[in-house]
Amino acid sequence: MKATAWMGKDSVKVVDVPDPRILNARDAIVKISTTAICGSDLHLYHGYIPALRKGDILGHEFMGEVVEVGPEVDNLAVGDRVVVPFPIACGNCVSCQQGRYSVCENSNPNAGLAEKIMGHSPAGIFGYSHLLGGYAGGQAEYARVPFADVGPIKVPDEVPDDQALMLADVFPTGYMGAEMCDITPGDVVAVWGAGPVGLLAAASARLLGAERVIVIDRYPYRLRLAAEHVGAETINYAQLDVLDELNQRTAGRGPDACIDAVGLEGHHGNAAVYAYDRAKQAARLETERPFALRQAILACRSGGVVSVIGAYGGFVDKFPIGAFMNRSLTMRTGQCHVQRYTRPLLEHIVRGDLDPSFVVSHRMKLSDAAKGYRIFQKKQDDCTKVVLKV
Amino acid sequence: MDGTDPTVLDELERRCQGSGLPRLLGVVSLALGVGGLLAPRALARLTGVDDAPQANPVIRAVAARELGHAAGLLVGRRPVGWSWTRVVGDAGDLALLGRALADRRGERRRRVAITTGVVAGIAAIDLLAALRAGRARRSRERLIVMEVGVTVNRPASEAYRFWRDLENLPGFMAHLESVRVDDLRRSRWTARGPAGQSVSWDAEIVEDRPNELIAWRSLPGAPVPNAGRVRFVPAPGDRGTEVRVELGYAPPAGRLGRAVAKLFGEEPEQQVRDDLRRFKQVLETGEVVRSDASPEGITLRQQFLQRPAQPLPAGRRD
Repeated sequence: MKATAWMGKDSVKVVDVPDPRILNARDAIVKISTTAICGSDLHLYHGYIPALRKGDILGHEFMGEVVEVGPEVDNLAVGDRVVVPFPIACGNCVSCQQGRYSVCENSNPNAGLAEKIMGHSPAGIFGYSHLLGGYAGGQAEYARVPFADVGPIKVPDEVPDDQALMLADVFPTGYMGAEMCDITPGDVVAVWGAGPVGLLAAASARLLGAERVIVIDRYPYRLRLAAEHVGAETINYAQLDVLDELNQRTAGRGPDACIDAVGLEGHHGNAAVYAYDRAKQAARLETERPFALRQAILACRSGGVVSVIGAYGGFVDKFPIGAFMNRSLTMRTGQCHVQRYTRPLLEHIVRGDLDPSFVVSHRMKLSDAAKGYRIFQKKQDDCTKVVLKV
Repeated sequence: MDGTDPTVLDELERRCQGSGLPRLLGVVSLALGVGGLLAPRALARLTGVDDAPQANPVIRAVAARELGHAAGLLVGRRPVGWSWTRVVGDAGDLALLGRALADRRGERRRRVAITTGVVAGIAAIDLLAALRAGRARRSRERLIVMEVGVTVNRPASEAYRFWRDLENLPGFMAHLESVRVDDLRRSRWTARGPAGQSVSWDAEIVEDRPNELIAWRSLPGAPVPNAGRVRFVPAPGDRGTEVRVELGYAPPAGRLGRAVAKLFGEEPEQQVRDDLRRFKQVLETGEVVRSDASPEGITLRQQFLQRPAQPLPAGRRD
């Protein structure tokens, strides 16, 4: 089959690899109809996630048709149209049973490696380095889906691929980011990052009753999406001082909750500040550029919530622990527990409350994956999200 | 830890300890030291050196040294070192006796000769004791003992039942090829040894408390004596069962011992932890979980020698 393999820093290639097979009794094989490039795939593309190897198949957002099921999968049948959550979760461990699927205790065969860096191992993730399991990803013609009796959900025919595919990662991730804010009437929620996750976090904050949503980015075309599709206010941090602006717009209170939808490869309006962290990251003195996180902590009103859904991989520098501690802030984080959200969010889509596909800017063929990565990386042609048709 | 039952691992520990010989020699030293200090003249007569003017101070000095040995051997923590000081003392004594023998005649010469013979005999025993104590220490150093735990989201009874059927062990213990159960107590274990060779041994269950504890040990003749114990303790607040495993291996000296040490590497617990992770996977999910990069599931080796995250080539079945 054809699959998108990582070939080294800033390089992917569509290559021929063997078709996947059932390895565990609870596996299914899915013939992929649509897959996508995620912002976090760019972290891999740039080589910021450890333990990625040349030849690894990328991709953790995919959907398609079930073509084979293992003997222990009784909820799916060949021919079912399904969307697959990006974290691999067994459904049997305490974490899964408490709804924390992205920290499944059994799905990472390389848990020993992850423990060395993170203390304990999170769940395995499709196409997301050997640290998180070494599972082949879904930017391919077929994928093996472990624990297929837990993760994939069937999609009704009337929901098109572009909408359903958003349930694999970006919509649930954005939604969880908003849910972690414990939104109450009157709340102002600020969102750093107007990528697909940030936009859907802003939309979800609206859905959950936020009074005002303020989205921060530096790309006018992305801020336009936030204004037009979410009804959010916007701040272009390349032109305005974010902290001043947020204080002014909230009459000095600061946002009640702040969502970091940027993660480890942030940018900063001040060139010197950006250069400082960029240099440290290049020298591997820190693994992240946590501008959004620092700013979110400083901006948040005292006693508020900082919700972190942008992806981080290692260690940060200059974490403003003084502001965080003295002002009674709460930080809530996590890779999204997608399995918890797929059904309720599918309901929202079916009812027409929210069409998450507004974030999709480009539709290409799988064979053009390398071009997709390139324009997404360079933010060319107003690129927000690339969907690959197989 | 339950203090009421003798533990399997203690037994393994005992195997590696030296005999009681150093302690016995300590008693001999004590007797000689006390005798020499209280009755140096009688000792001088007995050994045939009572004619020498310096006999008295020399015997007292030797006696004081013997008390030092006695203290070291009887209450000291390192019998190996003290055994060797005895050997050195013996050598000094033999040198003194050699000089005494050279300038004596008649009955005194006979007594000195007998004394020399007795001291030479004691020196041989001392040497043996020192060598044995050294061997015991080295085998204690080779001893691999570890305690690792995992929490499994299943009742203790289920975890116990699965483990008690010893034939299930190779399903999650990476180094085991097979276990054949002969009867309620006895079983035959086969492990992947160094250089692709198999190693087999017989083992017996030494303690079996349903839903609580299983302890086993290898029977005499095992190439690598080993013992283990697993306890199943309900975790508080419905968190499943804490499965706590203690394992001990006593690798022999030589090539096999070195190979075993290499097999376990610098972090022996890591392998057992991975075994327990697989145990948890099997109990909770029904199987060892596999990925494209780790098609055999969790193994330490696999975690460092990953294949790319691509489907396995056709025909390869793990």
